[in-house]
Amino acid sequence: MGEAALKLAAADEPILSVNNIEVVYNDVILVLRGVSLDVPQGKVVTLLGPNGAGKSTTLKAISGLLGTEDGEVTRGSITFMGEEIANRSPEEIVRRGIFQVMEGRRIVEDMTCLENLRLGAFTRRDGAAAIRRDIDMVYNYFPRLKERTGLAGYLSGGEQQMLAIGRALMARPKLILLDEPSMGLSPLLVKEVFGIIEQVCRDLGVTILLVEQNARMALKVADFGYIMESGKIVLDGAKDDLVNNEDVKEFYLGGDKERKSFKNLKSYKRRKRWL
Amino acid sequence: MSGSLFLQLLVNGLIVGMLYGVVAMCFVLIYKSTQVVNFAQGEFLLIGAWTCWWLVVDAGLPFWFGFPLTFLFMLAFGVALQMVVLRPLIGEPIISVIMVTIGLSIFFQAITKWIFGADVEPFPEIFPVKSVDIFGLQVQPAYLMSLVVSIAIMIGFAWFFKYSRMGLAMRATAFNQQVAQSLGISVKAVFATAWAISAMVSALAGVVVGMVNGVSGALSFFGIKVFPAVIVGGLDSIVGAIVGGLIIGVLENMAEYVDGQWLQIGNLYTVAPFYVLIVILMVKPYGLFGTKKIERV
Repeated sequence: MGEAALKLAAADEPILSVNNIEVVYNDVILVLRGVSLDVPQGKVVTLLGPNGAGKSTTLKAISGLLGTEDGEVTRGSITFMGEEIANRSPEEIVRRGIFQVMEGRRIVEDMTCLENLRLGAFTRRDGAAAIRRDIDMVYNYFPRLKERTGLAGYLSGGEQQMLAIGRALMARPKLILLDEPSMGLSPLLVKEVFGIIEQVCRDLGVTILLVEQNARMALKVADFGYIMESGKIVLDGAKDDLVNNEDVKEFYLGGDKERKSFKNLKSYKRRKRWL
Repeated sequence: MSGSLFLQLLVNGLIVGMLYGVVAMCFVLIYKSTQVVNFAQGEFLLIGAWTCWWLVVDAGLPFWFGFPLTFLFMLAFGVALQMVVLRPLIGEPIISVIMVTIGLSIFFQAITKWIFGADVEPFPEIFPVKSVDIFGLQVQPAYLMSLVVSIAIMIGFAWFFKYSRMGLAMRATAFNQQVAQSLGISVKAVFATAWAISAMVSALAGVVVGMVNGVSGALSFFGIKVFPAVIVGGLDSIVGAIVGGLIIGVLENMAEYVDGQWLQIGNLYTVAPFYVLIVILMVKPYGLFGTKKIERV
């Protein structure tokens, strides 16, 4: 455990705690090799890393969607609010208060916005009036969704992402797992979407675990971050620690003025000792 | 005379077509939400009609008690069939699933013949048999009732899919099972519900047809007639199923008219829908209402 994680643990019991999990697909393909992370109540935690590192798999292990892809948590534990949830069915996990917004938005294209939002409230039992109130709340955050009356499949990418987040809010979750909300969006829209994510987190006290490729943006909104490579957590820390970390700067934030020569790529290999 | 005969056949065609539409809807419901091509759809009518017949004739229950009981039985039957036979097949190749439903169809036909015999058994008279006169057309009250029932079912389906929680869940499951699961929808429950509704509504149609024509193994031909209806409409469209049903119903009766008036081939009406099916599929391979995939460019 890194220093920051220790600090966290001292602060208060995390709402979600993933302990040394190992995930295997199709009984043979080992994807996660001992991943541990803590998500404290009411905070935004981001999980960064290159393609294929196992970020989405980690989210799916938490939400139970792993089972739909022939994957399984074979070792370790996932505790949510003190209870073990590894390998439970996705519907049970949604009922417990974890909602995953999958990569690529995955809204139901042949339904209207309103129907998508009502679908989000599928597991709720607190009556039509409460659901209607929450639909208004979502429209409040995303006013442009209210104007769209056609099929959701014809919405723009940004609007679809907003709908996907709105749909998640409709379930009144305690923890939202957001998988690459910036995918395929223009920089301006990314800013807008992230602004709303921050606001939602503050207003509703929802905890967010955010997976991103756009490290700069993610570290802007997050309180804590984890960095993953090849199925392992290689670095973790509070936002400021990560932003100022030389390796993170070099590999994830970029933006150095001078061009690097290929010689320096050796340094990347050296850093691989992380693993 | 021939003009009024034409009109009479047209009305008959529409009424029968509505029933085809209802059964086609049941077929589409299963196909859409569970991706199973159910070749045993016609046998649902058969089993429903025989169950109701047995409850009313052999067990001597009054119709208004036996009929809801039939519904309950079909509900349990649909759920049990899905859980015991179809659930283990999830994820198996489509051809295995098709072979199983064909097998089910033969099995149910045989077992109903074994239990109830091969003869046509008339339903006790629940509606007066004497035709009523509507705008100069002779319409049997049972047909009239079937029309009312069909329309009620269609409105019910429309409401169910548009507004009910389970209906929305079914549409989401039809769109993508993983997405549905991520929303907390139990796909197993959706599958069982789809089979239960399909079995119940088909049984309703079976009882209605049984009242008019008597109950016999011939009822399962309804299931075969439903194929052209469904394919004309596009396999995954509920509206298409209704329109397809109406087209096939009217077509059958028109074929009979043309046949009777001029061609004198005999039995043209049984094959005509299939010829039209071939022609429509040549022109529109996805059927008239098949899903167009939404693509943003």
